[in-house]
Amino acid sequence: MAEVLDKESSKEELIDKVPKEPLFSKKNRKLLSDPMNDDNPITVQVLGICSALAITVKLYPALVMSISVLFVMAAGNVIVSILRNFIPNRIRIIVQLVVVASLVALVDQVLKAFAYDVSKELSVFVGLIITNCIIMGRLEAFALGNGVWRSFLDGIGNAFGYAWILLAVSFFRELLGSGTLFGYQVIPDAWYIANGGFYSNNGFMLLPPMALITVGIIIWVQRSRNTKLIEE
Amino acid sequence: MKALHDFVEGKIKPNFEEGAKLHKLWPVYDGLYTFLFVPGHTAHSGAHVRDGIDLKRTMNTVITALIPCLLFGMWNVGYHHYNALGMDVTFFDQFLFGAIKVLPMVIVSYGVGLGIEFFFCVIKGHQIEEGYLVTGMLIPLIMPVDLPLWMLALSVVFAVVIGKEVFGGTGMNIFNPALLARAFAFFAYPTWMSGDKVWINTDVAEGQAVVDGFSGATILGDLATTGATSYSAFEAFLGLIPGSVGETSTLLILAGAGLLIFTGIGSWKIMLSGVLGGATMGIIFNLVAPYALSPEQQAFMAVPFWQQLIFGGFAFGIVFMATDPVSGSQTEKGKWFYGFLIGFLAIMIRVFNPAYPEGIMLAILFMNTMAPLIDHYVVEANIKKRQKRLALKTAGA
Repeated sequence: MAEVLDKESSKEELIDKVPKEPLFSKKNRKLLSDPMNDDNPITVQVLGICSALAITVKLYPALVMSISVLFVMAAGNVIVSILRNFIPNRIRIIVQLVVVASLVALVDQVLKAFAYDVSKELSVFVGLIITNCIIMGRLEAFALGNGVWRSFLDGIGNAFGYAWILLAVSFFRELLGSGTLFGYQVIPDAWYIANGGFYSNNGFMLLPPMALITVGIIIWVQRSRNTKLIEE
Repeated sequence: MKALHDFVEGKIKPNFEEGAKLHKLWPVYDGLYTFLFVPGHTAHSGAHVRDGIDLKRTMNTVITALIPCLLFGMWNVGYHHYNALGMDVTFFDQFLFGAIKVLPMVIVSYGVGLGIEFFFCVIKGHQIEEGYLVTGMLIPLIMPVDLPLWMLALSVVFAVVIGKEVFGGTGMNIFNPALLARAFAFFAYPTWMSGDKVWINTDVAEGQAVVDGFSGATILGDLATTGATSYSAFEAFLGLIPGSVGETSTLLILAGAGLLIFTGIGSWKIMLSGVLGGATMGIIFNLVAPYALSPEQQAFMAVPFWQQLIFGGFAFGIVFMATDPVSGSQTEKGKWFYGFLIGFLAIMIRVFNPAYPEGIMLAILFMNTMAPLIDHYVVEANIKKRQKRLALKTAGA
């Protein structure tokens, strides 16, 4: 038994190869910063689009969704990274699903207990975090082959990359579609046509196609600033 | 004219040439120059030209075909305005009122649209594309007269940037940009694009008032809500009905269609099959009207099929939008299917869904997405046919 454990730990060293690195080395910082821009899960890898289209009508649900995904992603990455040497390769997807599903169930219960309104608004999309491609993608591509700390950073980085797109899209959709931000009215009442002004909310912004177009515009801006993303 | 040309060539052109200060704005200069004069460049390789028609002349022909609708639309706006106020004024007054309402829409449409077009051409450094000339004229013609100008401008921005420039500019768009502008306005500001408040301008000055019993609803709006309308089919054919600025007069649209068909610019196949499709659906509705779910719907379905073709924007859409050579079907056989389905779907949407009285807009946009598919199957069928023929020949030999 001792022999096996020894073998395991030496294997871990072989895989990690960075045991003496500082916690925030350049490589580790890149894990956090890459998903924000060059390797953004939504705009570059085009994962997790469904939830980005569905729950970005208002900022608050988008924020709650981002936090939920942040938690599931970071914890899931850490757990799978700890377990990675014990998971038989052939059933790894099932194990990952069990991990993610338990975490999502946890998030769902917490939301129902403490933020019932939002939980109702997000409806099935909390449960659908399980199938969020970003999470499975990161577990498969990163946590299975990297140490705990690096997996944690990767999870947080990707969750933030997901979150800022979600928040940016819902910012524009809520501002232009409802004239509010986080439920507070920001466009003065007097501007509206009903009150003798000239302005009217854009109803199209509340419909899913506009979320797709907003994401598209973000991708457009990103690629024109960052030309190495443009494929031939 | 020659003096003007010499002045432009000698004094203005050098500023925009390679290496000069304003070279960045060359596309703007080139676009305006070729708009005013004959282009100075010739084809370098073997050209197969039977007629010297270029995109600009195509566009100009379409605009010429639209002018009667525009002028009539202006008069119609004034006519309905003074009718609503119960005032008896001269023809000239009616036209003047309409012109004051409609011309700003045309100016905003062209100003915003061409501004964006020029901006993108300067950024991308290629020639000005004249694709906006027709779109810019179509957009004010398919909007209600009371639409605030900033909403119009925003729709134009959406149509040109999202509908055209992201796909690579003129000739690359998958949707008809003018209809995209209308669809944007329709979904973004539904209260300004439907209902009974926006089709007739009822701004009242001191001492004026709207007459009793006035209704500003369009024929389709009336039919969808009550199943009856106060306008006769003859009025609808002439265009004396409320509606988007340029869509009302079927008579003048037919005149425009004549010009388009005569010059070969609009496809007569699409127009004919579109009318056939609309008539087919209309006849089907006539036949099944007794089985309708509600009395209003029954009345709507029972409208004689030929009247469906002259109500609303059906004729305008079939003649000027469905025939868009870029977003429509490219194969000659495909055009029959494409046009037929547009007419068919337009009447179907209009009757089945009272919330979308303008079925023609959605039908054309939907068929725009389907056009490549139709073309694909037409081409495939042709390949199969020829393969079969070849197989027969080789087998026979």
